[in-house]
Amino acid sequence: MKLLEVKQVSKRFGGLTANQDVSFDVDQGQVVGLIGPNGAGKTTMFNCVAGYFAPSAGSILLKGRDIAGQPPEVCARAGVGRTFQVARTFTGMTACENVMTAAMLLQRDVAKARAAAMTWLAFVNLERFADKPAGSMTISEQRRLAVARALAIEPSILLMDEVMAGLNPSEVREAVEVVLKIRERGIACLIVEHVLEGIMPIADKIVVLDRGAKIAEGTPQQVSNDPHVISAYLGDE
Amino acid sequence: MKNTVLLAPVALLAALVLPFLVDATHLNMVILVLMAAQLGVAWNMLGGYAGQVSLGHAAFYGVGAYASTLLMIKFGVNPWIGMLSGGCLAALLSLAFGWSCFRLKGHYFAMATIAVAELVQIFFTEWEYAGAAVGLYVPMDKQGWLWMNFATKLPYYWLALGLLLVTLGVNWWIERSFLGYYFRAIKDEPDAARSIGIDIARYKQIALSLSAFFAALGGSLYAQKELYIDPSSVLSTALSIKMALVAILGGVGTLFGPVVGSAVLTSIEEFTRILFGGTGRGTDVIIYATMIILIAVYYPTGIMGWVRSFRERRAARADAARQMAEHAAASRQPKQSMQQQQGGSHEAVGG
Repeated sequence: MKLLEVKQVSKRFGGLTANQDVSFDVDQGQVVGLIGPNGAGKTTMFNCVAGYFAPSAGSILLKGRDIAGQPPEVCARAGVGRTFQVARTFTGMTACENVMTAAMLLQRDVAKARAAAMTWLAFVNLERFADKPAGSMTISEQRRLAVARALAIEPSILLMDEVMAGLNPSEVREAVEVVLKIRERGIACLIVEHVLEGIMPIADKIVVLDRGAKIAEGTPQQVSNDPHVISAYLGDE
Repeated sequence: MKNTVLLAPVALLAALVLPFLVDATHLNMVILVLMAAQLGVAWNMLGGYAGQVSLGHAAFYGVGAYASTLLMIKFGVNPWIGMLSGGCLAALLSLAFGWSCFRLKGHYFAMATIAVAELVQIFFTEWEYAGAAVGLYVPMDKQGWLWMNFATKLPYYWLALGLLLVTLGVNWWIERSFLGYYFRAIKDEPDAARSIGIDIARYKQIALSLSAFFAALGGSLYAQKELYIDPSSVLSTALSIKMALVAILGGVGTLFGPVVGSAVLTSIEEFTRILFGGTGRGTDVIIYATMIILIAVYYPTGIMGWVRSFRERRAARADAARQMAEHAAASRQPKQSMQQQQGGSHEAVGG
């Protein structure tokens, strides 16, 4: 059985169709990149899977259970973790408290949640910032903190929205390492990304959207040689 | 934090001897400070920690006051039981309150709470059974601790202190339990809170119900102390604003902020009342408004925030001085006298 199956999902906002009959699936422990030019509907698709938008049509199955139209907190409990384009850390808390709050989904006990949180902070190389206020961390650190927070609910799939955007090359390398470590733990990743250099080498599969519809799907190699993809990114000539 | 731990027993000791050091008039003022502080702490559970600013908390306070008083007048129910019933009733009312107001966010939520509280006030003003606009007198025939009714002020001091400590205790527990973390997460980033499985509607409601329960207990105590209640004394919007202001002035989302805020605000209020007497009617409202503006513009984190940032600045200055001294010591190794001078200045700042 597939971990995540997106079946003929459409999302319309009034007269605007953001997604049209998009279907793809993600296997256990697979890293899937969701790419496409600006306005392709990547983030809309992503928000449908995470429960922030209800699809207008179609179904989204997680481990066989339809989660389409369920609110975010239900999706989270079902096993969907997510990060945001802007990190949206809890700025009034320390790094450790941010992750603890998430760990409390599985463990209400504060001391045990703290122990779990420290493990996840170490996982993203932020354990030395445990007591630092999240609001005073750099963008790159806050993004990794958000990843640790999302992982602390122990999801079966992690959705990452442009984790690499705006990072310098060494920060991109750090982010890539984190993704690879997540995959090692058997957690699948669905990554919306603009930074193709970051995603291409690590993805098991790439799904390309353009103007709301899926135009290609395959290995990074296949996709980058696909004429549809090239024309979508560079325009028709 | 270390200072706070040290301060707690000192404050408690001061609270224990204080009533024997002041005269009746000042004792009454201290009681008012404690009662307003308790309301601020109750308000803070929702407004400070969970970040949902309510300007309608007088509704819960009034329900508490009316519940214990009506139960006693009509059914002879003991006010202790009446107080708890009032708390539970307010928590129940908070479900309707939350159901209607939590559909809105931020300022719109605050405005909706004013409207709902206003409805409650109108309801009690029209309700003949509950004395309508005339209000209710609390019977004085049964006195003593069992009936929470005394001819002197001192017992009310202990009651107000006890209620404040209980409310602070519950707030302290909330702050340290998963609830405190959930409330702060909802305040900071509601969307992110949902992404980690927090049902924000549910936890906002829990914060509101807890907050309503304790506000109602304060209302019952007020009724027992003043022995007279009417819609304008226990259900007015000015009261709702005062509860919020006590917490905001002291520092939202801090345990002791409302206590500090209440001490400052109640003192100013009583001072103007003494100064202007009857002609000073409304002066306290002018002061509330001025304070709201001043806090919003200059110190959104309140007095506790100011104290904290003052401490942090001092620590940072000491830190910078230490670093400079170390730097100077490292770079000017041979100049012994210079190093000593630097070390001396660092000590002066650090101490």
